[in-house]
Amino acid sequence: MDLITLSIMLLKIIVVFIAMLLGVAYLTWLERKVLGHMQVRYGPMRVGWHGLLQPIADGIKLFFKEDIVVANANKVIYVLAPFVVTVCAFASFAVVPFGNELTIFGQTIPLRIADVNIGILYIFALSSLSVYGLTFAGWSSNNKYALMGGLRASAQMISYELPAGLSIIGVLMLTGSLSMVEIVNAQKDLWFIIKQPLGFILFLICSVAECNRTPFDLPEAESELVAGFHVEYSSMKFALFFLAEYAHMIVMASLVTTLFLGGWHLPFIDISSLHPTTLIGQLVVSLLPICVFGVKVFCFLFFLIWLRATYPRLRYDQLMKFGWKVLFPLALFNIVLTAILQIFNLL
Amino acid sequence: MIGSIIKHIWALLCGLRETLWYFLKTTILGKPITLMYPEEKWTPYPRFHGLHKLLRDDNGKEKCVACCLCAAVCPAQCITIETAENENNEKYASSYQIDISRCIFCGYCVEACPVGALLMTGEYELAEYTREGMLYNKERLLRE
Repeated sequence: MDLITLSIMLLKIIVVFIAMLLGVAYLTWLERKVLGHMQVRYGPMRVGWHGLLQPIADGIKLFFKEDIVVANANKVIYVLAPFVVTVCAFASFAVVPFGNELTIFGQTIPLRIADVNIGILYIFALSSLSVYGLTFAGWSSNNKYALMGGLRASAQMISYELPAGLSIIGVLMLTGSLSMVEIVNAQKDLWFIIKQPLGFILFLICSVAECNRTPFDLPEAESELVAGFHVEYSSMKFALFFLAEYAHMIVMASLVTTLFLGGWHLPFIDISSLHPTTLIGQLVVSLLPICVFGVKVFCFLFFLIWLRATYPRLRYDQLMKFGWKVLFPLALFNIVLTAILQIFNLL
Repeated sequence: MIGSIIKHIWALLCGLRETLWYFLKTTILGKPITLMYPEEKWTPYPRFHGLHKLLRDDNGKEKCVACCLCAAVCPAQCITIETAENENNEKYASSYQIDISRCIFCGYCVEACPVGALLMTGEYELAEYTREGMLYNKERLLRE
């Protein structure tokens, strides 16, 4: 690996990381704004134009808060927990192909940090690991509410990871690869949402559950558990949990986009087949996929917020029943259906 | 079975439609119900129970005859009156004080007054920096 490739790699990591942080910050703003408007309120209005500087103000506030470590907490695990969650959430984005290729000054830069040939498995593994963070937090806080939250998080993750994993098998069967890049390329002509409508709906529900978002936000059900697993956390440790939750949302949104909504592909137009000669044309062709990807991710994030504004939280037994008795059989059915249709070359 | 599932899913979709409708209405068409308080002020209704006011008659003389019925009827006992006589041997309140921090704004004092000397205005911004500021003496209650 020569110096140029290495520096490009580093630059990509830094740019993606900063974009992710900014995305998380403004996702909180978007959520408050959209929720506000759905409830016929303004949302944040005071800090900056229409509250645009609100995330920064929140960040500064959280940074300067007193960092409390509970006296009876298991100190090592207590401090470790938020970092586990955050690292898992942010590292998941590494395999997401957020664009095609950037051709500039004779260099062709693939727009993804890493093209791992088991990209999907990597994301699922990391999102499974992140539940350890929640359970650690719940356990080490030495608080009954936190423990309940942590237990709920682990039980929910086990119950919903299964149908989530099974619902994408249809996509993997159609693609024949676990690489995210291959999956995006396979959707050049037709997005998988049309070939796999049932799989899409199942994965949609499971992804909401995996982000711990309403109506599946039982680990932090504030009306029952005060704040759930992060009840004893304050200052930057709390902020890290917050950051991780929203980063997880972004990762899930990009995962849905990649798996079912065609990644960076535009419908009807094949961007990768365009080869303009001018520099500006090349730049546009390189950056257009990123914009397309961003718009799709934004739409999914809006959908998540929309869900939160609409639905109340499920009861715990309803959650378990729904996961095991509805989603799980449907996901299995989807696999069988896809297999049969594929044998007869109908997909 | 299938029918009820479809009905339930339809209900879920109706919920989504409702929130989206409100979102679009607030974003594009209308104004949120929020009042941007320090900039926009709320106008109280005519019978709103706000800060008290002592009235004067047409000649500019205080209407209050210091009968102390308001102080007697006050459930919070926040009205303190000291009486005196003027040169025409008429009773008047030499000191009239309402402790607004203890007042419950029930309006009984206004109802009890036989000469209609007391009134409740629409003034509701009563925050003060000190407890002493919450004690309204006669001069402050007689304000225009």
